[in-house]
Amino acid sequence: MQSARTHLDHLENQSVFIFREAYRAFRNVAMPWSMGKDSNVLIWLALKSFFGKIPFPVLHIDTTYEFPEMLEFRDWATQHYQLNLIVKINAEARARGVGYETHDPVTVTHELKTVALQQAMAEHKWDALITGIRRDEDPTRAKERYFSPRNAQFEWGYKDQPPEFWGQFASTAAKGEHVRVQPLLDWTEADIWRYILREKIPIPGMYFARNGQRYRSLGCMPITKAISSEASTIEEIIAELETTRTSERAGRAQDHHERNAMQKLRAKGFL
Amino acid sequence: MSDEAQRLKIVFVGHVDHGKSTLIGRILHDTGSLPEGKIAAIQQACEAERMEFEYAFLLDALLEEQAQNITIDTTQIPFRTALRRYVIIDAPGHKEFLKNMITGAASADAAMLVIAANEGVREQSRRHAYLLSLLGVRQIIVVVNKLDLANYSEQAFREIEGEYRQFLSELGMTAREFVPASAKQGENVARRTDPALQWYSGHTVLEALDHVESTAALPNQPLRFCVQDIYRFDARRIIAGKIESGSLRVGDQLIFSPANKSSAVATIESWNSPAPEEAIAGDSVGITLREQIFVERGHVASHENDAPIETNRCRADIFWMAEEPLRKETEYILRVATQELKCKVVAIEQVMDSSTLATEIGERERLARNEVGRVTLQTRAPLVVDNHDRIPALGRFVLVDGGRICGGGIVFGGVYTDRTTVKSKNIFWSEGEITPTHRAKQNGHRGAVVWLTGLSGAGKSTIALALEGELFQRAMHTYVLDGDNVRHGLNSNLGFSAEDRVENIRRVGEVAKLMADSGTVVITAFISPYRLDRRRAREIALEGNAEFIEVFVDAPLQVCEERDPKHLYKKARAGQIRDFTGIDAPYEAPDDPDIVVRTDEQNVDESVATIMEQLLPRLRADDPID
Ligand SMILES: Nc1nc2c(ncn2[C@@H]2O[C@H](COP(=O)(O)OP(=O)(O)OP(=O)(O)O)[C@@H](O)[C@H]2O)c(=O)[nH]1
Ligand SMILES: [Mg+2]
Repeated sequence: MQSARTHLDHLENQSVFIFREAYRAFRNVAMPWSMGKDSNVLIWLALKSFFGKIPFPVLHIDTTYEFPEMLEFRDWATQHYQLNLIVKINAEARARGVGYETHDPVTVTHELKTVALQQAMAEHKWDALITGIRRDEDPTRAKERYFSPRNAQFEWGYKDQPPEFWGQFASTAAKGEHVRVQPLLDWTEADIWRYILREKIPIPGMYFARNGQRYRSLGCMPITKAISSEASTIEEIIAELETTRTSERAGRAQDHHERNAMQKLRAKGFL
Repeated sequence: MSDEAQRLKIVFVGHVDHGKSTLIGRILHDTGSLPEGKIAAIQQACEAERMEFEYAFLLDALLEEQAQNITIDTTQIPFRTALRRYVIIDAPGHKEFLKNMITGAASADAAMLVIAANEGVREQSRRHAYLLSLLGVRQIIVVVNKLDLANYSEQAFREIEGEYRQFLSELGMTAREFVPASAKQGENVARRTDPALQWYSGHTVLEALDHVESTAALPNQPLRFCVQDIYRFDARRIIAGKIESGSLRVGDQLIFSPANKSSAVATIESWNSPAPEEAIAGDSVGITLREQIFVERGHVASHENDAPIETNRCRADIFWMAEEPLRKETEYILRVATQELKCKVVAIEQVMDSSTLATEIGERERLARNEVGRVTLQTRAPLVVDNHDRIPALGRFVLVDGGRICGGGIVFGGVYTDRTTVKSKNIFWSEGEITPTHRAKQNGHRGAVVWLTGLSGAGKSTIALALEGELFQRAMHTYVLDGDNVRHGLNSNLGFSAEDRVENIRRVGEVAKLMADSGTVVITAFISPYRLDRRRAREIALEGNAEFIEVFVDAPLQVCEERDPKHLYKKARAGQIRDFTGIDAPYEAPDDPDIVVRTDEQNVDESVATIMEQLLPRLRADDPID
């Protein structure tokens, strides 16, 4: 008897398929990891795809504005999953004094995340990056492909994206270019939580309410706001999501700095 | 309402500007699906830029889209009604962005085809329906939008309905229903309010949506398990891939096409959950096999009695999306599921304008952008397909040129043959001029010297011939050099003295180098007992920039002596022949061979599989020469 597959099974199967296509198509793959909930689902799916061993490095872009609890989680998970972790800091920008204390969030995010990523790419010559972005996070992400090429300047050619259908992707990168592989594109925030619940995926404690506050999306310390919430279990978080009508990234300042801030950030190489 | 059920995917298509994005925006708004403040934020932004507010901006998020009031690329948004959950896909209507429309529509279960009442049926209204039929999207709802511009007139609605019904019937399609609406006014989207629409008593757009049937996976289809990769991260050798149709169970006997090798499923692997006994269509799985046969990416596993078509030629309908036209007799990369092979179109029999359906019969040389052609494809290596109407996942393909997907197509009219009796005869096309530098690229693989070494009776010749067959089957250039074809001609003046043996190996090394340089995968099967000689052969090959792969065909002397196929050991033991390797002459086993096969522990197929697995990656045409 064939048991029917659920929506989450379908998402999982599709993500695993994408992981395997990416690992096969590219020689030199890396996976950015922010320790956030999506990132940890990504790790989990990679473990499933490759039967317990992630065969490529995991990259943490450390902005130096990280929550200490996230760093603790990073070190625990690195051990626990036997990850090949690479940590990258844009030390040059920090030395120049780039920081939230003195600069606007778009500039800081660009320098400490995108430029740091560019530096890591230049060092390691990765031809594919596996990212955890989702369509429902932002209207420009909604227009993404599973395999999304970036040119040598990291630019996203959103006006002329390659066609992608029937499980066939843009699976080649010219020299100096790379492809963003996005296995979570079809997942929603609620899907992520339901999957974390189903699979019992470890995540940092900051997502759960303490003293009436919790984080819904985690970024740099100075520009990430907690929301008021009593949700202290995954079930309660899911229930909360069912009723809320504010968007997930409302607490992330760099997205809202100006109109279409996300498009501008993303066109320049931000995840 | 079930959260568990798979989402129904609905794509909105139709001519540019007919109101697809507006309709979606309106649906999201009228059902309270938008995040708080979203509309206000867009209104504010529009005011600041002195633009009129558009519901379409909820989807058309790119600045360029808003500035031109046009959808450039496709978007997907989750959405729910009281009945169930959906994914809504917005597709662009402009002809320029047809590839994006196809990207959006290809995964849909059903389509809303939007026609504006003031403009009526236009070029993309027709083309999109035709493409939906090629993409296999069968359920269509037609929304006659902007009816406010026609004063909600029934006549205007009926005229469009009549014309478009007629068009669909020519395609062999029928719409589920025709729904009048005004996306801008929100009329008959989520509810009906305007008295002018009283003549209509059918569904609202939302109700029509909820009446679409879920397309459940077809049961009892033949198994098609498409191999993505082979993993050996630990002791397991896991064949990873996706089950495109049917199901497989532990213990099932599988046949892998096009290699035609057969083995039973030993396990279905998993991480952090109990190993399943069965996997079904849609599952991404990893399996291990009972016998270590050679399997690689692109192979398709099926059950033995219901295998796919294996062929070098097939007929197909192709839609072309690239600026550069498709040209006959030009090489493209064909991708079917995980297979990737070189192909060319050898005949373009008829061409159809995908909008007017005007058909042009007769031979053509090219297929222009947005045209659909009925063609014959030919591949060099065997291709594994199904007819699209039988198993869609194996019956559809894309054509790639310069790394970019340029077209897609579906296969029809293929003939299934009984795999147990017929072994395909491959047809090859003649090569054009081949420059030495592009030889590897043209061949699809590099030349190399595969040097087998081992005792007499260890199995070198048997393995060499089986390996040659395996490579040949994949349309690779290959040739075996062994005592039989070398001793009689090239080396007929050599005997078995120590000096002559050295010279024998040297000549073999030189010939192998030349052949490898010409692009051939040369397999040599000589005892070649001395390390020094083998090192010389390696150096010769490397001088010629050819890859040299030393394979140790290993079996204990005792086993070889028991096998003694040519009774040479017996004669050597009896002193009838002298200087026999292993008896009265030494065999220096390789210190660090590239590949080892143990013929006392593995059968021939398993040995060949071991070699193939390690050999093929080293023959890839795109690898830089070390
Ligand atoms: N009067 C009227 N105008 C409408 C209606 N629906 C859409 N429009 C207008 O038609 C224009 C085009 O609407 P869009 O939703 O962008 O059209 P589209 O089909 O998505 O266009 P593309 O995606 O570029 O193909 C906008 O200015 C809308 O406000 C309608 O029902 N009535
Ligand atoms: Mg649109």
